[in-house]
Amino acid sequence: MFNLKYKIVKREKTPSVYFQILLPLISIFISLLISSIFLIIAKINPINAIIGIFIGALGSKFSFFETIVKAIPIILTGTAVAIAFNSRFFNIGAEGQMYAGALGATWCGLLNLSIPKPFYILFAIIIGFLLGGAWATLPAYLKIKFKVDDVVTTLLLNFIMIYIVSAIVYGPWRDPVSNWPQSPNLPENIIFPIIFPKSRVHIGIFISLFSVLFFYILTKKMKLGFELKAVGSSEKASNFLGLNVSKIIIISAMISGGIAGLAGVSEILGLHYHLVDNFSPGYGYTGIVVAMLGRLEPIGVLLSSFFFATIITGSQVMSRVSGVNVYISDVIQGITLLVMLSILLFTEFEIRRFK
Amino acid sequence: MDIKSIMIFLTAILSATIRFATPLVISTIGESFCERAGILNLSIEGTMIFGAFTGFIITFFTRNIFFGLLFSFISGSIIGLIMGLLTITLGRSQHVSGLGMTIFTTGLSFFIYRLIFGSPVNPPTVITLNNFAIPFLSQIPIIGESFFNQSLLTYIAYLLIPITSFIFFKTTFGLNLRAVGENPESADSLGINVYKIRYLSLIIGGSLMGLAGSFFSLVQFNMFQYGIVGGRGWICIALVIFAKWFPFRIFLGAFLFGGIEALQLRLQAIGFFKFPFQIFLTLPYLLTIIILIIVSRNAEYPSSILKPYRRE
Repeated sequence: MFNLKYKIVKREKTPSVYFQILLPLISIFISLLISSIFLIIAKINPINAIIGIFIGALGSKFSFFETIVKAIPIILTGTAVAIAFNSRFFNIGAEGQMYAGALGATWCGLLNLSIPKPFYILFAIIIGFLLGGAWATLPAYLKIKFKVDDVVTTLLLNFIMIYIVSAIVYGPWRDPVSNWPQSPNLPENIIFPIIFPKSRVHIGIFISLFSVLFFYILTKKMKLGFELKAVGSSEKASNFLGLNVSKIIIISAMISGGIAGLAGVSEILGLHYHLVDNFSPGYGYTGIVVAMLGRLEPIGVLLSSFFFATIITGSQVMSRVSGVNVYISDVIQGITLLVMLSILLFTEFEIRRFK
Repeated sequence: MDIKSIMIFLTAILSATIRFATPLVISTIGESFCERAGILNLSIEGTMIFGAFTGFIITFFTRNIFFGLLFSFISGSIIGLIMGLLTITLGRSQHVSGLGMTIFTTGLSFFIYRLIFGSPVNPPTVITLNNFAIPFLSQIPIIGESFFNQSLLTYIAYLLIPITSFIFFKTTFGLNLRAVGENPESADSLGINVYKIRYLSLIIGGSLMGLAGSFFSLVQFNMFQYGIVGGRGWICIALVIFAKWFPFRIFLGAFLFGGIEALQLRLQAIGFFKFPFQIFLTLPYLLTIIILIIVSRNAEYPSSILKPYRRE
């Protein structure tokens, strides 16, 4: 089994557009096929369940809005991860940076300032961005200064930040009225406005779309983006170009962590209205998935974020309707990720027979 | 405090240390197999959770804990095999494959658990693995009771250290394993089957991770529950760097971590500090980072790590 007759080689020319559209569709189909096994185990008709997923996520105006609400943090964490990965700063820490951002936004809210709403929101966004950025800059600094592996530190810092947030909502910021382990509700003056009446879609969607746009401009139009990619592609080349590698990695970490922080800001000010521990079902990790599937490109990140938001929202609705436990959503997500990862190989590589 | 109570205290701390260190040793040894062959296996957390789950479920239904242990081992090897498919045959990103497997196996464990048991008020339990004292050795004061009155898994952890050392440095397989991890191209040109060695290392590594997971559901607790592994897989990823991929240093590192965990639980229990308990929970992670800062400058990763090997 180890002596393969076939080998996987890099494509010489990029495959046609049809092929590039077809591949993700094939992977979705295969993922759903494999997921069906688990649905059958759960004694659910897989065809109904899969139709249920798509209707649950896209079938009505209301469900489509819910999918957008889910997409907001995923787009942000996905963009954050993609920017960092572009410069080979392996930021697995979007989850923690998101919590840092949430902490910052809540702090702003608890100050209870009486300034005009747009300024107050902008203030929270800036503080959230800075805190998230700082939480990512720390591992970047450790990587440069002490050669500490960034995958490990960013990952470990997630747990530390999540526990810090938990300690704070159980301790100093605990709501004195209800005594629940969550911060008091934040003042109306800092809460994100809702865009569509009778929905939960808030202006966070603009923040996330703006971040993708920024990512696009950064990598396609700005010198910094070019330098980022140079550092990411090879250290030798970037030294040859006379780039300050350390500085570029720090900047990339700062931007990446900042955008991940915005995911936290937007979840708290747009959706929860107070800080609570474990508010994220792992959006930071979904961000990694989305960034990789989007091949670290802005458009790719945007599309794969919407796709994952669809799967998450849809499978949650399906789980409620059919009565199967919610973990089916994680199972389907995991399968989709692994199948896509495998199948999308063929966008860059092809299989040839050994001669 | 008189001498006797100090001895009792020390014995308690030391034996808790060894208990906490047990799954870390087994799992980190597993990771070192993968990394020595050039694969960063981030499915470790998920594999441990899945091992904890299969160990529990098989023990629950067969009423035989040894079947439980066996199946946690087997389930780990299957995950290793799938990781191999993704990272070796297809040569996909080791980061994403590992994290993806963790998402999948974690979800799968809780999905099947809920399918079988629903969400009961009193979670189902199993009888845990007994401690057994090793004759003579367990009679040594303090050390005997804490090191040699433990469960089977702890003794397996002890044995794994010299065995793994032997495999790495005294056998052809170990030599090939390291060659593949350092320079797969030249290993291949010497006639070593790079794919085969990497698959084997992932399967061995995965089975050990699965077995380590069963410690949580069959020794430390008598049930399977959310957060049962609690991020210890990620600590193993750091431990293997601390240990510079050497089995004996893995034991040292795990012992250190076990000690911190045992001590913080003690201090927390007696209300030594007036901090919220979550601050204590950050300690292992903080300590890992500090240790990494100290050791990382000189850490030499197997050169081919993260790089898929494609035969020309």
